Amino acid sequence: MNIGIEIAYLVASVLFIIGIKYLGKTKDARKGNVISAVGMFIAIVATLFMLDVLTLLEIGIAILVGTVFGIYYAQKVAMTKIPEMVALFNGFGGLASFAVGLSDYYLKSATNLASLDAVNLTSVLVSILIGGVTFTGSMVAYLKLDGKVSGQPITFKGQHLLNLVLLLAFVGASVLVFIDPSQVTFILVLVAISLLLGVLTVIPIGGADMPVVISLLNSYSGMAACATGFILNNNVLIVAGSLVGASGIILTQIMCKAMNRSLTNVLLGGFGQTVATGGADGPEIVVKEIGVEETAMLFDSASSVIVVPGYGMAVAQAQHVIRELMEQCEKRNINFRFAIHPVAGRMPGHMNVLLAEANISYDKLIEMDDINDDFSNTDLVFVVGANDVVNPAARTNPQSPIFGMPILNADKARTVIVSKRSMGKGYAGVENELFGYANCLMLFGDAKQTITKVVSEMKEMS
Amino acid sequence: MSISALIVLIYVLVLASYLGFELISKVPPTLHTPLMSGSNAISGITIVGALIASNELGFTTLSKWLGLVALVLATINVVGGYVVTDRMLKMFKKK
Repeated sequence: MNIGIEIAYLVASVLFIIGIKYLGKTKDARKGNVISAVGMFIAIVATLFMLDVLTLLEIGIAILVGTVFGIYYAQKVAMTKIPEMVALFNGFGGLASFAVGLSDYYLKSATNLASLDAVNLTSVLVSILIGGVTFTGSMVAYLKLDGKVSGQPITFKGQHLLNLVLLLAFVGASVLVFIDPSQVTFILVLVAISLLLGVLTVIPIGGADMPVVISLLNSYSGMAACATGFILNNNVLIVAGSLVGASGIILTQIMCKAMNRSLTNVLLGGFGQTVATGGADGPEIVVKEIGVEETAMLFDSASSVIVVPGYGMAVAQAQHVIRELMEQCEKRNINFRFAIHPVAGRMPGHMNVLLAEANISYDKLIEMDDINDDFSNTDLVFVVGANDVVNPAARTNPQSPIFGMPILNADKARTVIVSKRSMGKGYAGVENELFGYANCLMLFGDAKQTITKVVSEMKEMS
Repeated sequence: MSISALIVLIYVLVLASYLGFELISKVPPTLHTPLMSGSNAISGITIVGALIASNELGFTTLSKWLGLVALVLATINVVGGYVVTDRMLKMFKKK
């Protein structure tokens, strides 16, 4: 053991911990990210020191390729596409851990079979399983988020049974590997099963459940790194991997709680389908439409406004014109705030990033629990591209599939305006009772276009 | 691997996980996206494993090539993750 390298790994581990600690404070978060990057740099340089000069050229090229691609992609990606990017990078991390596990197996099975002891073999198998599932699962999540594959849940008969059979087959083949570690065929079977399992576990999950899936895959990518730490007997891999694993699990829990669903319920998927049969067919909802001019007048006469953004705002790229709306309102001394539901968007905190991009101060973005009591004394609530998170059925209708989910009490405001493309249903496939309420008005059309018109009306008024 | 070495690794795993739970549960929802992309970059620590694997000069070149593939992917994960997190955090401003 080289003591210098071990100390460098220790320093890197501490920097990761401090970095994550700072990432939790809005003021210091950027510093935290830099601290953790320094930790990573130290870990990489320390590892480079113990390498053979013979392989340095190949390694240099690999690092260069990765760096160029990484920087290019990170600079170019639009803020609305961050969930896609995180899913993709999770997949890369998973595949890297998977490849490291497989590489270690190949080397040892070819050179020194005796060094493949029980601990080593178990770690290899775990890194292949978790790494493989993370890789293909993240790719499916990426394709769904990016719209290359339908965001609808894909389910078929016997799906859960098939997953169970595959998992059992993985265990079975693992036992065979333990009996005879030199059998490469069994390892290839394990590789195939883990890749297949990743696809099968993510396809039944619907688009709006993506915050949960991304958080969970994030956690898996950490656990996969952790498994490679056990293979290589390396502490820094274990520390960093388990920090990420823990962080992903916590975010997963928060997301599940915000949807009032258990993790099992999300993972088994097919939410949309079960609703179609189980949902209550209430009377047809009659809505009242409102035009651009009247909307502008309502904003003009309000003294307090709360905006409820949802994924539809991201799709319409309406965050910038909402800032203009905010400026118009603030000119009139209107108290203008945003109410952020924990699962609004396609990943945890998605709305906050988009609104920050539009240069909206983060103290205007209020969390659900802190703002829910304020709706009843608010003049105007403006719902942009959100649906299920403001459906009062979650509070009032025990028949509704979303009953019990914590929602924003938008309906309690004096007036609610809903900006919506058309009269489509929410993700859960349920009618939104709010739209039929006496105090609710529908502003139909593309959010960006209609809000732009509202803003120009307001400019003319002043 | 000896049992005592394994026990040390398990200690590290348990304590670091516990620390992770403690640290993350305090993060405000505003920062959840940067937290996720930042921790995503940290999970690229597997780059260390990839470097070690790429360096092995064994009989098989397969293990080395797998290591190099892992190295490219982990580098993308690390570099891209940190850069995009910084880009996001730069935008979080209070006026």
